[in-house]
Amino acid sequence: MKIVIINYGAGNIKSIQFAFKRLGFEALLTNNPEEIKAADKVIFPGVGEASSAMQKLKESGLNRLIPQLKQPVLGICLGMQLMCKSTEEGNTKGLGIFDVDVKRFSNTVKVPQMGWNTINNLQSDLFKGVKDDEFMYLVHSYYAEQCKDAIATTTYDVAYASALQKDNFYGVQFHPEKSSLAGEQILRNFINL
Amino acid sequence: MLTKRIIPCLDIKNGRTVKGVNFVNLRDAGDPVELAKQYAVKGADELVFLDISATLEGRKTMIEMVLKVAEQVNIPFTVGGGISSVEDVDLLLKSGADKISVNSSAVKRPELVNELSSKFGSQCVVVAIDAKQVNGQWKVHLAGGSIPTELDLFDWAKEVETRGAGEILFTSMNNDGTKNGFANQALAKLSETVNIPIIASGGAGTIQHFTDTFKEGKADAALAASVFHFGEIEIKNLKEELKQKGVSVRL
Repeated sequence: MKIVIINYGAGNIKSIQFAFKRLGFEALLTNNPEEIKAADKVIFPGVGEASSAMQKLKESGLNRLIPQLKQPVLGICLGMQLMCKSTEEGNTKGLGIFDVDVKRFSNTVKVPQMGWNTINNLQSDLFKGVKDDEFMYLVHSYYAEQCKDAIATTTYDVAYASALQKDNFYGVQFHPEKSSLAGEQILRNFINL
Repeated sequence: MLTKRIIPCLDIKNGRTVKGVNFVNLRDAGDPVELAKQYAVKGADELVFLDISATLEGRKTMIEMVLKVAEQVNIPFTVGGGISSVEDVDLLLKSGADKISVNSSAVKRPELVNELSSKFGSQCVVVAIDAKQVNGQWKVHLAGGSIPTELDLFDWAKEVETRGAGEILFTSMNNDGTKNGFANQALAKLSETVNIPIIASGGAGTIQHFTDTFKEGKADAALAASVFHFGEIEIKNLKEELKQKGVSVRL
């Protein structure tokens, strides 16, 4: 099993690598297109600001590579958001893998949403063994709207898509690597896809 | 529904926990990694590590500790204490910290908050504020509360929000160490002043104090040290009681 974590200079990716290590898997940090193409599983992380993250993807040509990947790809947090059509953050055009736009929470709630919230309407093998209303750790100011690609829903300000899937592409808004045992189960499920 | 967070805080000096810890089943009560793992199992929602080392050597040990915690603990954690530059933060985040907190360094040079939030994102920038109520005015204090400033707590909170802070950790010097409850009036006013999450700190003594700070103080999270370390309050019991009182928690 060859797992790679795309390293394009966005945020804390050590935690994801450590989470796989706890599950008994070595994950390689890389931005090398050949390594990424040859992997069995690809993690597309992201913490930080959308437009500068997108800029970094363009500089390395990863914006063209990622949508062409054939193996299971898991976008986490900003990674998931960048796989959508567009995001209001920095008015950024995304990779367009998921047919949905990313919007900012309204100021009727505290922004960012920070902490543990539930996921429900779970509809994917990614959530095998994970019960409805399980808690996940989230930190974000922008969210993907409800859409046909949604495979999990979370409610904060509005009910939104907290996980997405299209073909071999998966995205989660929450941080499975920081979400205790249930989060580890989701990572294990991803490895087993 | 987003739940209220319970956050144990560990003081670290030269890589070891400082305040005594009274846990059964703990092989080494001075080992922050052991302790962090225990807290994760007991249901803590996050952890805060506060580095109180004064030496360069102590700082290096802190980085090693952060790496070990990130490797072994599956809940988020914040690292604070002595952070004053983009480089400091870069190293901590690369070592696996989820968030960092700045305090005195932000007061001395407020642009630091802008620099950190634009480089690393607001989500990982916690601004810790120590304040004391003097003649009815909440004034920001530095260096662990020992040096008063002219800064008003609420003005400063608003300013750091504008500069890109993702969260505020407010410690009331009037309440800290008293075990008489959190500074709920000031906390509630903070929540009305800014639109970012607030962590309440200082004064936890009983389970009721936590209920009060979530309900009256409108806090998004509550931080405490000794009541958890000495087993005076068990996190699981605390959360069960909070739930009974209608406070939403992760159980």
